Amino acid sequence: MSESSSTRTPTGDPGGRSSSVTTPPEVPISEQAAPPADKQPPAAEKPKKVRPGDRIFQNLTTGAGIFVVGLIGLIGLFLLIQAIPALQANKANFLTNHGWSTSDPANMSFGILDLLEVTVATSVVALIIAMPVSLGIALFLTQYAPPRLARPFAYVIDLLAAVPSIIFGLWGILVFAPAIEPFAQWVNETFSWFPILAPGNVAPSVRGTIFTAGIVLAVMILPIITSLSREVFERTPTPHIEGALALGATRWEVIRTTVLPFGKAGYVGASMLGLGRALGETIALAVILLIPQGKNFDWSLFDGGATFASKIAANYSEFNNEVSAGAYIAAGLVLFVLTFVVNFAARSIIGDKKGD
Amino acid sequence: MKIMRPLSAVGIVASAALVLAACGTDPAASNSSGSSSAAAPAATETADVQCGGKSPLSAEGSSAQKNAIDIFTLEYGKKCSGQKVNYNPSGSGAGVKQFNANQIDFGGSDSPIKDADAAAAKARCASDAWNIPLVVGPIAVAYKLSGVDKLVLTPSVTAKIFSGAITKWNDPAIKAVKGNESLNLPDKAIQVVSRADESGTTDNFQKYLGAAAKADWTKGAGKKFNGGVGNGAQGSNGVATAVKASDGGITYVEGAFAKDGLTPALIDSGSGGVELTSANVAKSLDAAKFLKDGSNDLALDLNGIYASNTPGAYPLLLTTYEIVCSKYANPDVAKAVKAFLTVAATAGQEPLSAKGYVPIPQSLQTKVLAAVKAIS
Repeated sequence: MSESSSTRTPTGDPGGRSSSVTTPPEVPISEQAAPPADKQPPAAEKPKKVRPGDRIFQNLTTGAGIFVVGLIGLIGLFLLIQAIPALQANKANFLTNHGWSTSDPANMSFGILDLLEVTVATSVVALIIAMPVSLGIALFLTQYAPPRLARPFAYVIDLLAAVPSIIFGLWGILVFAPAIEPFAQWVNETFSWFPILAPGNVAPSVRGTIFTAGIVLAVMILPIITSLSREVFERTPTPHIEGALALGATRWEVIRTTVLPFGKAGYVGASMLGLGRALGETIALAVILLIPQGKNFDWSLFDGGATFASKIAANYSEFNNEVSAGAYIAAGLVLFVLTFVVNFAARSIIGDKKGD
Repeated sequence: MKIMRPLSAVGIVASAALVLAACGTDPAASNSSGSSSAAAPAATETADVQCGGKSPLSAEGSSAQKNAIDIFTLEYGKKCSGQKVNYNPSGSGAGVKQFNANQIDFGGSDSPIKDADAAAAKARCASDAWNIPLVVGPIAVAYKLSGVDKLVLTPSVTAKIFSGAITKWNDPAIKAVKGNESLNLPDKAIQVVSRADESGTTDNFQKYLGAAAKADWTKGAGKKFNGGVGNGAQGSNGVATAVKASDGGITYVEGAFAKDGLTPALIDSGSGGVELTSANVAKSLDAAKFLKDGSNDLALDLNGIYASNTPGAYPLLLTTYEIVCSKYANPDVAKAVKAFLTVAATAGQEPLSAKGYVPIPQSLQTKVLAAVKAIS
């Protein structure tokens, strides 16, 4: 990495005679370069000539760009169209109601408040755990680990991203939840006076809770955040690092004064992408979370519940009329908007940070 | 750079080995093996199978009978080589809809078609559409409670537990059930676990409570659990896992999942506790009546089964139906449907017990075969 960035500046000379050439590169080409480059002058005389390869490639890339934007727009439109009949038939407030009852299309009352709260709660727990851990891993891999260890290590972490989420879900509920149960129980009992650690609405069970789900989710988003942060930290300009070292900085001071400021925007962006995955995670949460009957989410980590995506996944096999299905699609629409907002926020954070 | 290459390859291999090793000890992997329940009453009758006709047949519907249809298809292929059935487990509602829209050759459903659906099916077939019960599965009221291995529940007590009226295991109402007197029931909360997803199992369980314990179950039926107590978990495996996780849990679940730590309760419908066995379920079916007596439409009167107190009969079961036309416009389709259903009702039944279903008893099998024969 460092070789390419450090050699980028003097690339103007072609190979051998590096010592003699000190002239600025642009001016002499048009005047003196008759013998070496035959095809350069005609290109300069007819500057507007566009080769078919260029045009085709440009059209293809433009097309791809338009296609994606169009696709997103159409998805939004589809969700909206499918959701409207259900929303009209809804007898409760869609945004502020906790319950979800859609089996009888003639008498539906559903609201997304619980889904929204559980979705946000699990994702935030996951992010709080995953962000510092990923930061540590990324810094270790780029700054501390010996290079021959860093590569295989990075591969192993990337491998985490290749594990299907159903495997994470089953592991979470069958292996991890029983293993962490004593600890969860202890935390729950010892700190029950603290609101977010109060006994949950699925008590006495502490397995199928947001606590468990959040940790599993953290493991799932770890590779994304780590991988992207590592890429960014790796690109810290060597002169900055060398400069800091030359000024007598320790390893930690180098990281604090050069790597972190340089990579902050990328790290935040990576975390937001991780958050995007956490918000949309489906089957792992459907498998892990218990769903309390007749109780609402109450802002405890030991609550259960359903997220947007897990709710849809749990019930899609029994969509037998369009109006009921529309209720779930309306929930999907909210998730769509939520993800959009998160990504938008992430972009603007990155954009702001890039300025300074 | 060059030194790193072989090492990174080692890294890949090492991590792959890690993942593979983890797979080897995955407890979920051993979960799918079927329970070999007590010897089922063998449906012995054989019938001539006239192979041929359309292949592959297309069918769609209930996901509850997906495993059964797979077995039937396998047996069908053995009997009639080269003949196939494509079954899409998209849910009962979708199955009925597609059948009525003339998109598939037969449908699969958790409940018999009736009313508007039946009328639409009649229009599609230009003849009556019949419900043929081929797959029967018991539902267990399964619990985990250390020190209690033979619990008897009456429908009324069950209804009270699943609606939150009984909340402790040492409730006098549980102790009072005949057969429980000697049990040492602890002072523990009952943790009800239900299906979080919409499910035919929930529907049948609630119908059962409504029929067998009218006074104590006022929450109605439907695919969504209405009890308003306890927690929901995802799918049959999910509820089984959730109950296993905590001492004092109880749920309703397909019979095949009530094992490895879960104990199915005995059900006392008034004539003493009855164990969940294939023989006892078959006894219930033997006594079953049909909604349309004397017709080839074999929709079972499940409410009758649920409310009956036949001694030694286990009443809590669900059936799925194949929905067929009595007359197909295309004789090719009729021929293949007949061949498939004949195989399903004969050779296909016995392997079902390995998957937790119950083979249909001979009395019902005779009727099914007669109905299948009448398809044209």
